[in-house]
Amino acid sequence: MRYLPKSPADREAMLKAIGARSIDDLFAPIPAEYRLNRDLKVPRQMAESEIVDWFRERARENGDGYVTFLGAGAYYHYRPVIIDSLISRGEFLTAYTPYQAEISQGTLQSIFEFQTMMCELTGMEVANASMYDGSTAAAEGVMMAARLTGRHSVAIARSVHPEYREVLATYAHHQGMPLVTVPFADNARVDLNQLDKSITADTACVLIQSPNFFGTIEDVAAIADIAHKHGALLVVSIAEAISLGIVEPPRQADIVAMEAQSFGVPLGFGGPYCGVIATREQFVRQMPGRLVGQTTDRNGKRGFVLTLATREQHIRREKATSNICTNQALIALMANIFMTIYGKVGLRELAKQNLAKAAYAAQQFGKHAKVLFSGAPRFNEFVVQTGEDPHAINSRLLGDKIVGGLPLKKFYPELGNAALWCCTELTTRAAIDAVVGTLAQSERSAKSAKERADVQEVVR
Amino acid sequence: MKPTIRKATQHVNQNEGLIFEKSSPGKAAWKLPPLDVPEVDTATLLGSSERKDLGNMPEVSEIEIIRHFTRLSTWNYAIDLGMYPLGSCTMKYNPRVNEVVSRLDGLANGHPYQPEKVSQGALRILQTLSECLIEITGMDAITLQPAAGAHGELTGLLMVRAYHQSRGAPRKKILIPDSAHGTNPATAATVGYAVENLKSDARGMVDVAALASQMNEEVAALMLTNPNTLGVFEQEIHKIADIMHAKGGLLYMDGANMNALVGKVRPGDFGVDLMHLNLHKTFSTPHGGGGPGSGPVAIKKILEPFLPTPVVITKSDGTLGFEYDRPQSVGRVRAFYGNFGMFVRALAYTLANGPDGLRQTTEDAVLNANYIRKGLEGVYDLPYSTPTMHEVVFSDKVQAKKGVKTMDIAKRLIDYGFHPYTTAFPLIVPGALMIEPTESESKEEMDLFIDAMKSIAEEVEEDPQMVLAAPHTTRVSRLDETAAARRPILRWKPAA
Repeated sequence: MRYLPKSPADREAMLKAIGARSIDDLFAPIPAEYRLNRDLKVPRQMAESEIVDWFRERARENGDGYVTFLGAGAYYHYRPVIIDSLISRGEFLTAYTPYQAEISQGTLQSIFEFQTMMCELTGMEVANASMYDGSTAAAEGVMMAARLTGRHSVAIARSVHPEYREVLATYAHHQGMPLVTVPFADNARVDLNQLDKSITADTACVLIQSPNFFGTIEDVAAIADIAHKHGALLVVSIAEAISLGIVEPPRQADIVAMEAQSFGVPLGFGGPYCGVIATREQFVRQMPGRLVGQTTDRNGKRGFVLTLATREQHIRREKATSNICTNQALIALMANIFMTIYGKVGLRELAKQNLAKAAYAAQQFGKHAKVLFSGAPRFNEFVVQTGEDPHAINSRLLGDKIVGGLPLKKFYPELGNAALWCCTELTTRAAIDAVVGTLAQSERSAKSAKERADVQEVVR
Repeated sequence: MKPTIRKATQHVNQNEGLIFEKSSPGKAAWKLPPLDVPEVDTATLLGSSERKDLGNMPEVSEIEIIRHFTRLSTWNYAIDLGMYPLGSCTMKYNPRVNEVVSRLDGLANGHPYQPEKVSQGALRILQTLSECLIEITGMDAITLQPAAGAHGELTGLLMVRAYHQSRGAPRKKILIPDSAHGTNPATAATVGYAVENLKSDARGMVDVAALASQMNEEVAALMLTNPNTLGVFEQEIHKIADIMHAKGGLLYMDGANMNALVGKVRPGDFGVDLMHLNLHKTFSTPHGGGGPGSGPVAIKKILEPFLPTPVVITKSDGTLGFEYDRPQSVGRVRAFYGNFGMFVRALAYTLANGPDGLRQTTEDAVLNANYIRKGLEGVYDLPYSTPTMHEVVFSDKVQAKKGVKTMDIAKRLIDYGFHPYTTAFPLIVPGALMIEPTESESKEEMDLFIDAMKSIAEEVEEDPQMVLAAPHTTRVSRLDETAAARRPILRWKPAA
């Protein structure tokens, strides 16, 4: 086996040194009746070339070379090549959690920079070293709010990513934490009157997403006022991190729970991604996850360490703020490098291109279909309602190697034939125009089908 | 005596400030293509939601970024540099073909919501890995969704709860041995269970008599790490399983130490009802400075209705798809399907090994731990003489007489060119030195390690002050953790 650095003679010499006759002696503690006396039924040992071929075949079966209009919590942005050059360095790739600070300063300093940039972008005072992803970060953010307020229920906007809501429901269920869903208004923003009515004296927090699942930017200040008026905290989930380049961050929030996938992390069929929790300084001791802090060594030299570990499971065990241990350090490093590359000016320009592409697409799509939810600003996603079932339209687009928007019937049946479309800086005008052609065709056929039905109705 | 440090030597390494300290207006490392759609007026589109300023975000050039992170990287120790014997962390070689295949276009750029018709490759990977892991663990079904080991524990206990609930009541308690990792009790609390401690016997194993007396109808499950954190296989595992099952409880296995078992014994065969695996330990996916991990949960048939949604199925036309309609499911524990990129790597590792490679890997891991135990026995105190599987736990009892503790020895080991072992854990061994070499170490590397540890033991006798002040050769000396926690500085701020 090519990964194993021992010759048969080495193994013999080692067994001899130990005083064992054979390797079986070392497995004697396992009761004989349980020992496996056959080969595992897994594929035979493969050469590297065979492994690469096998996965190439899988990649070909997986939409390789398709243009995508999907977003909905996972975004296709350009990844500058130096991200992979740098994270592929073995010193980053093959290191563990930086418990031994003296030989982990590379990881520690980079996390400190990550925390700093996350604070700058979210408008919060402290940010952690990462969480699993945006969905679990949102759930942990809510649990944190419950600890901070001593209250037990949650008001959650229906315009939060449906799968994030499912994750929260799973986490909340066994904490005996009731969830109240707050509807959205005609402009897709949280219905403020309903929100006001949904909050009780036991509401720990309001959870919203902005830009929300439909791509609409929420009125965070108004929502914060309502939450705070009732003594509840505001947790804001951000699924599309690029929005922070041009959209005012939720400064009025108490906790921001982010998904940083858009910052240089591949789509990768849904993971690994990079969650982050950011909050106000006064709440830091109830924050889950690793934190890196600055300190000095014995000679007064600046250095970085993992800190405030008394919140964590390895010290507090069942009294910890969360059971989280491993986070997403390498993915956070990708995001860190991405943020460093685009920086103060680039992030804004990048976000602006996203805005422009989505605005153009919404305008063009609007000629042949109904773009829902006008009257509130959007970032790079929008909802389109068609006469025809969006699955049928998408099937046709697949023939042109285009993956269309996400049909919403499964999550929001009340929206009918609606789909969520996303444009990023990588979406070309040609691709948008190609979809417009298909939509026009769909509109014509839906119209003639309707006319036929109407005629039949009249005849009858 | 001057120590002979054979593995490592000092050499120049670069200083590097924070990236913010290099920033100045007008520098850039990015270039966007010309916009092929009309420009937009952001003020009109966004109104009061428009952001005007990105604060102190850096402005630097590409070469500066390359140098910045490359310099930082050289301050890290890594498996690629040498032995990383952290106990229960399984720091094994991370094969590079894993990295190549996980970056293939169709996989790296696959969107989680793309139609199943164009997701057959990803689904096939999910299914093939699932089948391999089910076979390796001897279980009946699996979910790959949990993002890490602790997240797998959470998912597992949610299923335990749902199982008991379906039979009337969720029960109240989880039994956890005192040798367990901190995530076990933290997870039980997260799922709303009370934690009851289970003491270990003189051999470092579960005290079966104590278990029998503590087990009753209020206990939902026992969370057992096997081999446990002492590297000891629970020899009375069949009795443990029987005691749990007789009172309707479940046996949960923390698979952190599965590297001792793959291909030699299967938890499903010795009475385990559910367990999580750590793909970033046993299955070689990189630790990356603390993640991403991946914590699949393998289960017996009785728990199958409770698996998180969605589940991969073969449809009537022979293609693969996701099944969402599972009324008894515990729900979702993460958006999408889990850390897919880690599944690709873990499967590549499994294919590179095959059945013979996996078995040889386990044998080498156990051989290595026993070789280190033999090499250091008599030099360091061995609190439990029970046979060692994949890791060995010593204590600092002898060295503590000179005022030198496990952490001090660990820091001195850094000067010898090694990453320290796990210190001060498991809790049942005061001053623990927990050493897991994994199969990835050659005899030469381990001989160097044994020499280093022996040399440090001599130094403790001759010059304890020198050991207490270690490390001596790193770019920073011991850092003031107390000050860091007392007045936390958690982000950079520009000079006022």
